[in-house]
Amino acid sequence: MPLDPEEVAHVALLARLGLDGEERRRMGADLDRILDHVSALQRADISDVPETAQVGALVNVWREDVPAGSLSQEQALANAPDTDGEYFKVGAIQE
Amino acid sequence: MTAPATVDTGYEVVIGLEVHAQLLTRSKMFCSCSAAYTTAPPNSNTCPVCLGLPGALPVINRQAVEMTVRTALALNCEIPPFTKFDRKNYFYPDLPKGYQISQYDLPLSQDGHLEFDVDGVRTRCGVTRVHLEEDTGTMHHAGDVLQEATSSLVDLNRCGVPLMEIVGEPDLRSADAAREYLVRLRQILVYIGVNDGNLEEGSLRCDANVSLRVRGATELGTKVEVKNMNSFRAVHHAITFEIERQARVLDDGGALVQETRGWVEARGATVSQRSKEMAHDYRYFPEPDLPPLQLGRDLVESIRAAIPELPEARAARFSSQYGLSAYDAAVLTGVRAEADTYEALVDAGVSAKVAANWQMGDVAALANEHHVALADSGLGVGGLAALLALVESGAINGSTAKELLSELYIVGGDPAALVTERGLGQVGDAAQLAAVVAEVIEANPKACADFRGGREAALQSLVGQVMKATRGRADARMVTTLLRERLSG
Repeated sequence: MPLDPEEVAHVALLARLGLDGEERRRMGADLDRILDHVSALQRADISDVPETAQVGALVNVWREDVPAGSLSQEQALANAPDTDGEYFKVGAIQE
Repeated sequence: MTAPATVDTGYEVVIGLEVHAQLLTRSKMFCSCSAAYTTAPPNSNTCPVCLGLPGALPVINRQAVEMTVRTALALNCEIPPFTKFDRKNYFYPDLPKGYQISQYDLPLSQDGHLEFDVDGVRTRCGVTRVHLEEDTGTMHHAGDVLQEATSSLVDLNRCGVPLMEIVGEPDLRSADAAREYLVRLRQILVYIGVNDGNLEEGSLRCDANVSLRVRGATELGTKVEVKNMNSFRAVHHAITFEIERQARVLDDGGALVQETRGWVEARGATVSQRSKEMAHDYRYFPEPDLPPLQLGRDLVESIRAAIPELPEARAARFSSQYGLSAYDAAVLTGVRAEADTYEALVDAGVSAKVAANWQMGDVAALANEHHVALADSGLGVGGLAALLALVESGAINGSTAKELLSELYIVGGDPAALVTERGLGQVGDAAQLAAVVAEVIEANPKACADFRGGREAALQSLVGQVMKATRGRADARMVTTLLRERLSG
């Protein structure tokens, strides 16, 4: 079932993508093809496959609670589009 | 300002609390940055992992997992053998990855409960789950007026600090019950050493889902999520306000809107947070960068075995073992260190009732005045026990002990040596006291006549005169006996 234009607009909004009408139409067609391709999985016979919530073989990979060094403030802010020297600066957010 | 009285609206109130608690780990949840975010300069406790830089990989903090299990067990939860982390996707500047690592369908724990008394009625609130996630950074708004701010400032020191979410069932039926649940929950979290319990500073946060329904109805009403409550008082006020607001809407035949409302302390009201009404679509999926956890039964049982006796159980034991009133037992067990101090005093030979009276009276006052608990004071538990032993043996009287306690609390010292050195020993020699009593009777004919005339209070003033004459060292009981003898003779 093809994606309707509202679904495409919703996904674009969630991903913070500003798409015009033509881009939405093209992306919608691309997404349709991707979903169609992946849906082949739904035709696989999985009656013998046990259910799992993981695909890797690792478990319990953790570290001890020991603080180690952090970046300096200057390093942390180095790639920010805007700062005031101490903080990252972003457009006004109203809660 | 006193808490508003609970108004019976005619509806059944349904409340469920979601509590977030920062864990007292030293490092962050998924990286080795220090978790001490309050004292560090802005953006000085960050690294590629918590800044969300490309290619950085998270690693689970084992201590945070164990603290969450400890909490879950203290709240009577089950710990499933398999648990995993998930990504909760949303964009907000305080979370630079664009998602929060949290837990969705397979949390660390589930199906617990907390029991407590509300106005003497045993109440039980289910705990749906306790899961583990990461905190976000903090936002500061440039300028004083939020609406006029043109930019916001972001500090990511808090971003990635381990955060536990404790989801309660909608089992609470009043603002009183909600507050009591939170009081009890906080007490347990602090008792087991996983959280510092600071609602004001936000290391412990509480959101409330509040709805009303006609009594007898089985379906839940439209719920409103209330946020921004940073004290027990605010939780009680905000929920009370919300109950009355919803009742008015329903009474007027209106329909409630499912929404998030913030408690505005200054206005004493909850206010709709329209900007947050945008449909939440978090698109959870399993965190591909973190292998799942399989918590062995041995690990879970070793964590369970290390949980200290919890406050309510300890209070019950204090009542039965030490013969304390329910009130005294609750006060003495409210803070774990205080309860430990009490038991140390009793172990050191102080009688249970005497230890309770001193600890809740003069010692509490001094601890408050100097901001130093007895255990950390110069006098210490051992010093107080030695001082009280002098009272018990009759070597000094109570008022001398009070003075010495006050003098030695910070500097410490050997009470017995000081008593000898300064001649503070109690005057308990009958002949010596009899002479003083005779002088006092001689000098106070009016008080004596009053007492003989039946005014019992007059005796106290005569006892006071004897104490004064002996610089407070007389054995008050012996003085009273002697005075009665002489005056009735």
